[in-house]
Amino acid sequence: MDNDKIDQIINKHQGKASSLIQVLIEIQNQNHWLPKEVLDKVSKKLEVPLTRVMQIATFYKTFSLIPKGRNEVHVCTGSSCHARGSARLLDTVQDLIGIRPGETDSDSKFSLETSNCLGCCNLGPEIIINGKHHARLTPDQAEDVLKNYK
Amino acid sequence: MPRINSAAELEERRSGILSKRDPDKTCISICSGMGCHGLGNDRVISAFEEEINKQNLKTKVDIRVTGCHGFCEKGPIVVIYPEEICYMEVTPEDVPEIISQTVLEKKVIDRLIYTDPNTGEKAAHQSEIPFYKNQTQYLISYNPKIDPTSIDDYLANGGYSGLSKALFEMSPEQVLEEVKKANLRGRGGGGFPAGRKWETARNAPGKDKYVIVNGHEGEPGAYMDRAIFTGNPHLVLEGLIIGAYAIGSHQGFIYTRHDTPQLKKNIDIALAKATEYGLLGENILGSGFNFNVEVHFDVGIFVSGESSALMSSIEGKNPEPRPKYIRTSVRGVWDMPTNLNNVETWANVSQIINKGAEWYTSIGTEKSKGTKLISLSGNIVNTGVVEVPFGTTLRELVYDIGGGVPNGKKLKAIHFGGPMGGSIPEEFLDTPLDFDELAKLGAPIGAGGLLVLDEDTNMVEKTRFFLDFLVNESCGKCVPCREGIRQMAKILTNISEGNGKEGDIELLEEIAEVAGTASLCALGKTASDPLLSSLRYFRDEYEARIK
Repeated sequence: MDNDKIDQIINKHQGKASSLIQVLIEIQNQNHWLPKEVLDKVSKKLEVPLTRVMQIATFYKTFSLIPKGRNEVHVCTGSSCHARGSARLLDTVQDLIGIRPGETDSDSKFSLETSNCLGCCNLGPEIIINGKHHARLTPDQAEDVLKNYK
Repeated sequence: MPRINSAAELEERRSGILSKRDPDKTCISICSGMGCHGLGNDRVISAFEEEINKQNLKTKVDIRVTGCHGFCEKGPIVVIYPEEICYMEVTPEDVPEIISQTVLEKKVIDRLIYTDPNTGEKAAHQSEIPFYKNQTQYLISYNPKIDPTSIDDYLANGGYSGLSKALFEMSPEQVLEEVKKANLRGRGGGGFPAGRKWETARNAPGKDKYVIVNGHEGEPGAYMDRAIFTGNPHLVLEGLIIGAYAIGSHQGFIYTRHDTPQLKKNIDIALAKATEYGLLGENILGSGFNFNVEVHFDVGIFVSGESSALMSSIEGKNPEPRPKYIRTSVRGVWDMPTNLNNVETWANVSQIINKGAEWYTSIGTEKSKGTKLISLSGNIVNTGVVEVPFGTTLRELVYDIGGGVPNGKKLKAIHFGGPMGGSIPEEFLDTPLDFDELAKLGAPIGAGGLLVLDEDTNMVEKTRFFLDFLVNESCGKCVPCREGIRQMAKILTNISEGNGKEGDIELLEEIAEVAGTASLCALGKTASDPLLSSLRYFRDEYEARIK
């Protein structure tokens, strides 16, 4: 991620310390993870101690301190999807791509996460890949969906 | 557009918008709520745009991409005005036929209208479909008529008349009195009277006062706030400005989800448009009242929806709840009096001002007034967002509106209030929707997520699932919450895997009591509620797995 973009994001928030979370969200959205050098820079520019930057970056699940795979796979494990069988779907997805939630595979093809209800309970159980919903999925349909992602 | 500088100019602008609109012109309203979006409505929208271009109908037909219509199960939903013909599960391939048959020849396409799964009866209009006709809609009814990015659509539907009335015909005290008289209770979970909270913030000392929209909506299975906020952001904003006027606040915050791009976009546009029109910022509508709004986002942890945690997050700190010996309405953001209400609560305000407390209190039960948005999910035929008056029975919600349990299964339990709520068995189906009645039974309404569980549900496993969720969502500040929930989840895992031992249930009850007493915020205090309610009604399932 280039420095100009980081500066742009930081300048937009006028260097306010209270914008720390907003700045990190924007960098995470752009870059998909938060490298150490970037956190250092945020700390200096916003005049927030690095310990507090780290506190925020490690507390929230959305922030990642490690690089993510090319395809971000989310399995919804909200209560409605759970009632409709998301546990079996998650098991199948884990078997198919060989990683557990929170992990990225060795060739950086997939990252897997569980998510807590995205508010589309009519679609459950579902997986969301790079923001695209794959709705009303049975475990045996999961392979067909996943093989379309390179 | 030039800004509006008085109540009279607002009415002029409104009549100007209405005079340019022909109520008989065909308008295709396409639902773009979360559910329909997930079912690929973007392809349906492009297909309509293409077909209208191809047939040169641009001057004869309007397309309106709207917020959630509510009937998510049957999405993508398309409604053709002025006839109000409602088509369901529309695919891009259906579009040319809809244009040629329905738009041009005014014929209804049988295949796309609602068919009652029990009787086989067809229904072409919303007013005939059981899902809609058994509701009473005052809030979500605007969604199909409004493009959330168009402030003119909101004005055309009477928008901002409540604000104008409050600013020019009422004193802040009168606004406050009206909301108190209406007995508007907070829709976020606690059901605390909003008017009393406003009054505390108004009377509390402090040079600045803040008002907040809590749009965090982290409760799994609750998505009604997103439906309203994404679909009709000005409705919430109008309520917020009226509240700020009553409380004497000049700075507001919107705290909402970062993971819903459409919501973020619609809020940003609404704020920009309201400012451009003089409904936000300095000297609102020429009244001399100033009010600004800033947007903040949650970053994916449930506890940041808790009021004091949320305020800490607005200050750029970790969202850890703090003790509330002094309420946030006295000392909130930067230690100033701060009034926080959730999306649906704010959405109710403008109609209370417009139609009066007397009208409002004529709807609902003795102590729960108005309507409530409920999101139906789980083992139910019609998943979606519905609006009903308080006092509607759970049976009406699940069967008359929700269509019952799919696959011929029997209903086992109804779960209200998400991971900190409770489950009640089928025998309580005739209980009316009411804050206090349901809390008494151990299934508080919470934000309004109603999860239906069928006969195959394992209640021990369901409870374990909720505790597992909370293990991950606890901020970790209080030991009884952080450790207590973890230990309860561990014991429940053992029981559900068949490794429970004698004394486990009693131990669970003991931990639940300590966590409930000694945790700071509602997360720890009520984390064991699903456990306690399922022990109350389904204890035999636990016992059967232990012996």
